[in-house]
Parts: sequence; structure tokens; C-alpha cells
Amino acid sequence: MVKCPECDAEIKIPSDSIEGEIVSCPDCGASYELVKSATGFDIKPAQVVGEDWGQ
Amino acid sequence: MNGASSNSLTILYDTIRWEEKSLYEAAKKKGVEIDNVDIKNLRIRLNNGSMYADKIVLQRSVSYFKSVHATAALEGLGAQVINPLRVASITGNKLFAHMELQKAGIKTPKAISAFSEEAAISALEEFGYPAVIKPVVGSWGRMIGLLRDKDAAKAVIEDREHMFPLYHIYYFEEFVQRPPRDIRAIVVGDRVVAAIYRYSGDGQWKTNMALGGHAEACPVTKELEDICVKATKVLGGQIVGVDLMESDKDGLVIHEVNNTTEFKNTVRVTGVDIPGMMIDYALSLRR
Repeated sequence: MVKCPECDAEIKIPSDSIEGEIVSCPDCGASYELVKSATGFDIKPAQVVGEDWGQ
Repeated sequence: MNGASSNSLTILYDTIRWEEKSLYEAAKKKGVEIDNVDIKNLRIRLNNGSMYADKIVLQRSVSYFKSVHATAALEGLGAQVINPLRVASITGNKLFAHMELQKAGIKTPKAISAFSEEAAISALEEFGYPAVIKPVVGSWGRMIGLLRDKDAAKAVIEDREHMFPLYHIYYFEEFVQRPPRDIRAIVVGDRVVAAIYRYSGDGQWKTNMALGGHAEACPVTKELEDICVKATKVLGGQIVGVDLMESDKDGLVIHEVNNTTEFKNTVRVTGVDIPGMMIDYALSLRR
């Protein structure tokens, strides 16, 4: 569990999460990328779209 | 990137979305060793690539420019990248893809191109309205516009002239008369493994799922399979998403082939294990 830096809500990090995965705050919807930390995962703001993003 | 074993794959990503997570999970289930590499952390010595020689890389970078350049580097150093550079380069550009499909006799929307503001307006006068303007490089329906008359065209083209030079390559397609949906077919190797209809969202004419449309399962008919597999072969693709329209006049026409295809909605709607099939296909390339 981590705190959303935007709204302070709790963001649950599922046990099968992997580094680089995107999680969203259930309250404000902000997106974060999971980064490894000493105790499991931390979060950093995620890039959700780029000018050349697509498929 | 770690050293390759006979049962290992590399997934190159910028962000782990549902698709990349499902590939990772599918590989884990099959006992495949996965090296998840964030393209933002990648450093490639372009003159010394023995470490890449026997790699199989699933290119999943969502950034087009990073994807195509990393593919060039890794493939040049001997890795087998899915999809190869030729596919990434051609499918990433609508004009290039149009020409390759047309040369192979595959039906694709009629199009006209021009290289200046004045020529673009004249081209549209010759081509007729309505027409669809598309950036030659772009995705998710961005900057695609329906031009119903000359006034609309002049406004859009004038804006484009103030953008990056790539936007001064004018590419217009006919506005294909069709049902309010298109088809996304996923090709893995030499077959269509699943397909969906993508319906336009409320108030939209575009059918991109990113714009709020909805999806339903689409039967994979022989006609659909034949045109998709032919297009994939022509472009040299291995795993691609083919987008088609059901033209009232011309039947199935291909308007796009996607190099790093999204497949979340196709799996959700059809239940087909696309990530599992992609992993199996990638492993089958092991020399």
C-alpha cells in the first residue's frame, strides 16, 4: 500500500505486480509507474501519453 | 539485457500496460524466462553486439520513434525482433504502407498525397470531398480529420503548415462508406487468431477504441483470413493487428497494419489466448 502524492488516498499494489507496471489512484485517477524499492515498490508519476505513442 | 538461454525472451517496453503484463504472465505460465527491459534504460553499443546475437525480442514500445530505432539497432546486431525493422518502418507510415499494399493488389482506401499547402488544396479539388486527412505517422486516431469541403481543408492545412515538417506530407484518403464499425484482426504467424468489430463511440465517426468505441467478436471468415495473411506476408510481419473496413463498394479494405498491436479488447471479447500464442510464436523462432 502506498499513498497517492496527489490526493493522499491509499493505492493498493497487487502482490503479482511487476516493475514498470502502471497503477491508478482509486480516488483521483492519477497514474503512477511502479519502481522497485528496498521494501517492495514505490511509485513515480507515469507518462500516460506521448506525441508518438500508439500501436 | 541478460544473456539468452534456449527458453528466454526479451520484452522491450516503455510502459507496462495490460498487454505487456499479460505477455509476462503467459510466459511465466509456460516456464519461459522473461527479461523485461524498459527501453528508457537501454544502452546499445552499436559496434559490438555479440550479446544480442541470439536474442528474441518482443518489441512492445508504445513510442513509435523509440520502437523503430531500437529495432534497427537490435536487429542490426543480430537479434530477432518481432516485428522486423522493415515491418516497423513500413507499417509506421501510412503512405509507405499504402504503397506496399497497393503494389501487392491488396484493397486499401483510395488516397492522394501532396507536398505543399497549394498542392494539397489542388489535390483535394481533384480527389473530391469528403476526404480524410491523416498524418503519415500517428496513432490512436489523433490528428485525423474529416474534411467535408474546401473551407475545412484550408483551415486544417494552414494549421499543419505551422507544425513539424512531417505534417507537411499531406496524405488524404477517401471517406469509405461502410457500417459504423471497422474490424481489428490479430495475425500471429500465418493465421488470424481472433478478430473484433470496433464500433464508433457516441458522436464519433472514428472507430478507435482509444476514442470510446465498443467491441464485439467478429467471425474469422476465409475472406478475412486471406486478405490479412496476404498483407502480413507482403509487409514481412510476424505478429500484427490488421485494421479493415467493410466498404459498401469494394468489400474488405485494409486501412492500417499495426506493428505493436494492442489486443486487450480482442482478448476480452473473444476469449482467445492471444498473449499465449504470441509467446509460442516467439519461441518457435529460436534457431
